Amino acid sequence: MEADAKPKKSGPRLCCICNQRRAVLKRPKTLEQICRECFYEVFEEEIHQVIVENQLFKPGDRIAIGASGGKDSTVLAYVLSELNRRHNYGLDLFLLSVDEGITGYRDDSLETVKRNELQYGLPLKIVSYKDLYGWTMDEIVKMIGLKNNCTFCGVFRRQALDRGAALLKVDKVATGHNADDIAETVLLNILRGDIARLSRCTSITTGEDGPIPRCKPFKYTYEKEIVMYAYFKKLDYFSTECIYSPNAYRGFAREFIKDLERIRPRAILDIITSGENFRISTSTKMPEQGTCERCGYISSQKWCKACVLLEGLNRGLPKLGIGRSRGLNNDIKKDTKQGGGTKSIESKQCGSLDF
Amino acid sequence: MACNSATCNSSGCYKEYEVEEEQRQPTTRGGINGSATTHQNLCVKCKSNEPVCCGIGGDDARFCKDCFKTNLYGKFKQAVSYNAMITPSDKVLVAFSGGPSSRVVLQFVHEMQCRAQKNFDASKDRSLPVFGVGVAFIDESSIHSFASQDAEKAIEDIRSIVSNLAPPEKELYVVPIENIFSSDNIDGKERMKKLLDAVSDVTGKEDLLIHLRMLSLQRVASQNRYTRVVLGSCTSRIACHVISATVKGQGYSLSADIQYVDSRWQVPVVLPLRDCPAQELNTLCSLDGLKIVELLNGPCSSINGLVSSFVKVLQEENPSRECTIVRTAGKLTPFHFNRIPDIHDSSVPLATRRRQKRHSIKPNGSLSSESFCPICNSPLNKSNFSSSLRSLQSNENSDIFAAAAACSSCQFQIIPKEPSLMEQFVSLLPQPLITRAKHGDRGDFSLLREQIQEFLLSDGEDEI
Repeated sequence: MEADAKPKKSGPRLCCICNQRRAVLKRPKTLEQICRECFYEVFEEEIHQVIVENQLFKPGDRIAIGASGGKDSTVLAYVLSELNRRHNYGLDLFLLSVDEGITGYRDDSLETVKRNELQYGLPLKIVSYKDLYGWTMDEIVKMIGLKNNCTFCGVFRRQALDRGAALLKVDKVATGHNADDIAETVLLNILRGDIARLSRCTSITTGEDGPIPRCKPFKYTYEKEIVMYAYFKKLDYFSTECIYSPNAYRGFAREFIKDLERIRPRAILDIITSGENFRISTSTKMPEQGTCERCGYISSQKWCKACVLLEGLNRGLPKLGIGRSRGLNNDIKKDTKQGGGTKSIESKQCGSLDF
Repeated sequence: MACNSATCNSSGCYKEYEVEEEQRQPTTRGGINGSATTHQNLCVKCKSNEPVCCGIGGDDARFCKDCFKTNLYGKFKQAVSYNAMITPSDKVLVAFSGGPSSRVVLQFVHEMQCRAQKNFDASKDRSLPVFGVGVAFIDESSIHSFASQDAEKAIEDIRSIVSNLAPPEKELYVVPIENIFSSDNIDGKERMKKLLDAVSDVTGKEDLLIHLRMLSLQRVASQNRYTRVVLGSCTSRIACHVISATVKGQGYSLSADIQYVDSRWQVPVVLPLRDCPAQELNTLCSLDGLKIVELLNGPCSSINGLVSSFVKVLQEENPSRECTIVRTAGKLTPFHFNRIPDIHDSSVPLATRRRQKRHSIKPNGSLSSESFCPICNSPLNKSNFSSSLRSLQSNENSDIFAAAAACSSCQFQIIPKEPSLMEQFVSLLPQPLITRAKHGDRGDFSLLREQIQEFLLSDGEDEI
């Protein structure tokens, strides 16, 4: 059934779950009209079911929550600590933040995370690009400009999160990727022809063969419901866009998903279902995994991507490693990417695509 | 191109063709980077004529008129021969809507037939017959709301297009879509309307119509002993299908729909224009003055409409996007029915059987007996079974067979949820769909039954 098919009734509507309290919201996922209490209940219960059914955590696990201070990770931290208490998961939870060194953006959002540390009583660990790589994003942008800066940031963040997790000695990292993010990734991988990523991007746990696996407890949670939850719970989160990629949220794919959601809310879940059910033969060749000769991080090449990029920065050849390079010693590659003037098909260039 | 003759299927020609493709690549990139000026704007292939520039980028911007046509026909011919789509003893039915894609496929099939005829006339032993060609137009004027004179004019135009093709003569079937209800039924139109009205979802209605159209084509084809149904689905169309199937949660069955060959049907369906983008087909139509008959439908607010405008925007941003989408989906594992079934019939001449070549077809997938959705005929995966099991348990008394065996997408967007409405909906369905549901019943329903066997009180299968 398409949206807006609800009959209009006069007088206050009752919540269609408890039938007692007044309905105050239309649930984005199902369009049911429900009250606030029932919304909290179904929202949290769904996440609990996802955690239980997929066995995301074991009792005694140390779990790092990737915390950026944004809505997804703030709600994740809140809900996980709540569920951990309520259902006796027996988890040791930590907040793990990456400081990219972006003045006017990350410094402010980290303040939010620091408040969350006190509010939820979760120990916080911050790893910074400056400490790990000797460069802040501000310095990198000053050197290379606003083109490809997201490549640096994404590659560095991925590794930073792993290094922070190792320092905290956690068993798993939980990230705030939501259903909209995953649906978008499925579409992008189709548009880009990346069959290997297409087969992986809907798994709820990734990197199980790597040092620290990651999981996505919000895999089936709609972005709109996360916003709604944060709004009603008056959670303290930071909602400014990255100053180096201000329009990152307005990609074609993201807009398309929002349009779809408008005419058929179920479409987001359907895309994820499709992603899970694609008939992809398991014999697809996977790159052989080794370790980086320089820093010891997992890498399929001689050096890991972060080291290649870093080498470029330190040698003053920032284009090293950007674009399609075949092998490490192919020094300076022509920048094959199109200029940043046109609207990108991707939205969250920052970090959300590296599932 | 070494050889374009219709009967020359030797692989040598095609290898040569592929080499040409590879050699062309660097020139392509050069062209994009602006170094094309060094070629003084000549066709990249023959280097003697001026290229045509009807479109934005793509093959048509680099080739002269003749090379462009040869190239496009080459893609068609390659798809036909690599997948053994049309053999000399076949009788093919071209599904013709009047649009550019089906107009081109009609033209190409016609050209191929002409060449086959020429070769037949020239050969001594005449061991290879010329394949037969028919054309089918499904008349949907009973559903759409355009003026009746427009519909009549369109059919008139289609008749003239088909009759103006050079011999061998092609039979044209103009078939009202409501004919899928048995032909003696007078109120077919009424029933068709009722059936579509029973579907409340806009997208579901559109998709049901697509399934019914295929049903009509199959009916025409099998009644007139055709051995293939040829569709004009082009790359752009298939790219849209990839995205919309993904959006509708049909990820499992998607790979069945986008292959060159689909033998799920009684008469196998083939897609020889799978590698041709719509833009090139449009260019060919305007270059060759191929007449197009278009009955415009209003703006559509469905998921399908949203998807096609999305793909259009992507295509404008990157002219090869549609190809990438189809290529990605092409990497998904096809089903065992995505190939032309072997000819075991000894009455078919040996020469024909020998010609049934399969260059690129690997044995794909296991030959497991797939079960199919009775509405859209898409193969069902196992997780579908568990969900249908649930519906089987929940409403035992209503007419459940349609809902229980249907794919989750059809259950959501086509089959009404309310039991009484569903019963009515099922009663309106054309016979072939009901037969399909019952047929599925035999093989796969028993599988469901097995799982709940211990909870059933009687042994009889008739009750369900």
